[in-house]
Amino acid sequence: MTEPLIYELSSPGRCGVLLPELDVPETALPEGLLRDDLDLPEVSEVQVIRHFVKLSTLNYSIDKGFYPLGSCTMKYNPKVNEDAARLPGLAGLHPLVDEQDAQGALAMMYHLQGWLAEIAGFAGCSLQPAAGAQGEFAGLLMIRAYHLDRGDTKRTRILIPNSAHGTNPASVTMAGFEAVELPSDENGDVDLEALRVACDDTVAGMMITVPSTLGLFEVHLPEVIELVHACGGLMYMDGANMNAMMGVLKPGEIGFDVQHYNLHKTFSTPHGGGGPGSGPVAVNEKLLPFLPGPIAGVVEEASGDDEAPLYGWVMPEKSIGRLKAFHGNFGMIIRAFTYIRIHGGTGLKAVSQYAVLNANYLLSQLRDTYTVPHDRFCGHEFVIEGHWKDAPGVHALDISKRLMDYGLHPPTNYFPLIVPEALMIEPTETEPKETLDAFVEVMKTIAREAHEDPELLHSAPHVTPVGRVDEVLAAKQLALCCVPIPDWSARTELKTDLA
Amino acid sequence: MTYIPHTESDRRAMLDAIGVDSIEALFGAVPEQYRFPHLDIPGPLSEMEVMAELRGLQAINASAQDYSIFLGAGAYNHFVPSAVNHILLRGEFYTAYTPYQPEISQGTLQAIFEYQSMMCALTGMEAANASHYDGATSLAEAVIVALNEGRGKRRKVILSRTVNPQYRQVVRTYMQGQNVTFIGDDSARSLDELVGLLDGETALLVVAYPNFLGQIEDLKGLADKVHAAGALLAIVADPIALALFKTPGELGADMVVGDGQPLGIPLSFGGPYLGFFACTKKLVRKISGRIIGETQDNRGQRAFVMTLRPREQDIRREKASSNICTNQGLMSLSAAIYLSLMGKCGLSKVAHLCYQKAHYAAQQIDALDGFEVEFGKPFFKEFVVRCPIPVDEINAYLLEEWGIIGGYDLGRDYPEMKDCMLIAVTEMNTREEIDALVEALKEVAE
Repeated sequence: MTEPLIYELSSPGRCGVLLPELDVPETALPEGLLRDDLDLPEVSEVQVIRHFVKLSTLNYSIDKGFYPLGSCTMKYNPKVNEDAARLPGLAGLHPLVDEQDAQGALAMMYHLQGWLAEIAGFAGCSLQPAAGAQGEFAGLLMIRAYHLDRGDTKRTRILIPNSAHGTNPASVTMAGFEAVELPSDENGDVDLEALRVACDDTVAGMMITVPSTLGLFEVHLPEVIELVHACGGLMYMDGANMNAMMGVLKPGEIGFDVQHYNLHKTFSTPHGGGGPGSGPVAVNEKLLPFLPGPIAGVVEEASGDDEAPLYGWVMPEKSIGRLKAFHGNFGMIIRAFTYIRIHGGTGLKAVSQYAVLNANYLLSQLRDTYTVPHDRFCGHEFVIEGHWKDAPGVHALDISKRLMDYGLHPPTNYFPLIVPEALMIEPTETEPKETLDAFVEVMKTIAREAHEDPELLHSAPHVTPVGRVDEVLAAKQLALCCVPIPDWSARTELKTDLA
Repeated sequence: MTYIPHTESDRRAMLDAIGVDSIEALFGAVPEQYRFPHLDIPGPLSEMEVMAELRGLQAINASAQDYSIFLGAGAYNHFVPSAVNHILLRGEFYTAYTPYQPEISQGTLQAIFEYQSMMCALTGMEAANASHYDGATSLAEAVIVALNEGRGKRRKVILSRTVNPQYRQVVRTYMQGQNVTFIGDDSARSLDELVGLLDGETALLVVAYPNFLGQIEDLKGLADKVHAAGALLAIVADPIALALFKTPGELGADMVVGDGQPLGIPLSFGGPYLGFFACTKKLVRKISGRIIGETQDNRGQRAFVMTLRPREQDIRREKASSNICTNQGLMSLSAAIYLSLMGKCGLSKVAHLCYQKAHYAAQQIDALDGFEVEFGKPFFKEFVVRCPIPVDEINAYLLEEWGIIGGYDLGRDYPEMKDCMLIAVTEMNTREEIDALVEALKEVAE
């Protein structure tokens, strides 16, 4: 089942929008600067609607079913968030209007900054980063700026456990540091001995995810933080797993210096098929002057009790600068604001508690059927191995693909890299027990199939709109666009290259 | 507990299955002195109460909904057809994850492939990626590509002063940990003067089209000069302008970046927007960000998949050229729907309306005593007006007395342009609105 390309529906002369007639006198267009043709599709509105509705039915989504996708926190996305973000006074607000004409928006940003700082036990927060990876990058640039500001130029290395998300080392390189990978011990925790050896006066800091990407609360956390601080480094917490942490542990209190959030994980803003995300970064007093900015601040205190203060833009004193144009992904900020308002402190604490309950329940139901590399209470997610000695040739990928036949999204597979055939499962707090039980049944059925009829797994999925796709062919033919490539005759070097 | 579905008996049964008495018992690994801190956050509130609060907060903003607006400078009040939002609200699109599993993500994958195709058509380039965060970060990624192409030997980037000032700030933020020099934007320079800065250490030259002042510069011949020096040319473009003017592809650009916000995305106080990124086929293996390619499935059907994956951070880790991990998925979907609806004739008409209305407004304002429009170069939908009094005074008056959000105060970024206002006119501004602006300006100068 496939759908034609929008270009294949095109007929000359059709248009999907009626625009008003020109109501001003015409001015001549500048000759010699104009383009010849514009190769966009010509389709009617009803064709466009049907085309994209049909495309949408080819997708799996949270609204359709369970998404046990580890490290991604695919929780339910409340509908009220969408209404909130579309309020005309927010959706129609230009980012460059005068501060006093955007007091509602600035108030929301100011409060969200405060709540995010409070949840993690930090002194301040910037909402500028557009995604978690940009939040990491911001945190690392702040660590760099902090050391340089103290005249400490030796610090070139950032320590990262080998269980880290790939964005961590990539962000380290972008910020101009060298990434140093640390081994994990047999329990999946940081190898303290290796850390001790790595710590010296060239260490700018360490990045660590809590709970770890194995879904475990690091048992040595206080020692890890102490070791890094003792050699002069700063501690960065990857906040991807904050869904296990709200009201459980404040990273700032245990000694972290900086962390990012993923609003699209913890605070229910939708993943949108791959974005937009939002990656606010929160810091302690030490890093406060270095936050990316401008950020929302109070520029004039309220004069009376019933008055609101005057909010405005504030540039932190030694800011690393601006990370994107304007003020962050405001639409995501509205949704997170709404979500936190609805939950309050007690509700957020319940979110983390039930996320951890759901994960531990699933783990308890699957541990007899699948190998659990680190079998102890988990955080909001856990990792199992998708292979069996007595079912040779069956891989985590096969299990994932077979899950689709049962109408489920697969777990994250092959991550973290330190577990063979990893299947990483994160149920989130919004799934009822019935969903979890149904998932367990399917996982057990697949384990049985793996032993009795492995071909059923190898050839899966069978009932999806398309089967397994040829990734090698995609990379080889590199068809990235369906419109004919214009032949710019002046650009001979290009033609040679394409030939 | 609003979105937590557990009943008391569920909770009990689950705890029993795990073998603990309480949820709290699952957190033994968290050091006791830090465990279960208080969260000083008000609430909870019902949905009804939250929406009432939000309606109050949004009402004190001066939005394009309630005012006529002539403010642009990188974010524009363009028409968004209703159909765009109706598709965006389909949960199958907005609650889906990144399409790592192509078998159950063809909707997202094909929509992005179509987006890439339409961006190629618009820019005249051979390839486009699935998008970056916004126009500014898209430019930062172009800088990284150029530096990598220069193999570490070329460490200089020439920026025109008429590239959006915030974009120039962002690329500097991005590159502060690398050894890179940015030059060219410390004073106003002509294209020839920028070309004069090219040398063997230059990796990239960046110009804007139209530039931040709304002008369309004649870029013919520029690419040859840049290439002759061994550097690359990046053009920051407005996607609506590209429906009217020569494409960056034809002009010889190596990379075209910009913000896709005008393509069906609301102003939303600055985000989420859409960083589009298009390039020559020659560079496609060097760029960062998701790329969707066409392929086949094992049933012989056409299918789409994320391709050239080994460039990305989850595989290459510290050797990846960028840490980017998301794209603006839903925003590229907006652009795909918008461009499909507008199509060939619709988008050209939008561009035409912008051009004509902006020129009408410019002529009317130029005729006023004390106001002078810079007509030196052709312009698209924005133009510079030299005003007789400070811009912030004018804008305060326009808003209060006339319900008009005035133009951008260029003196904020360009000291040499004190008392200069950048006025944006789009298809959304009616003749009545323009006439009211002219009348208001006349009044304020008296």
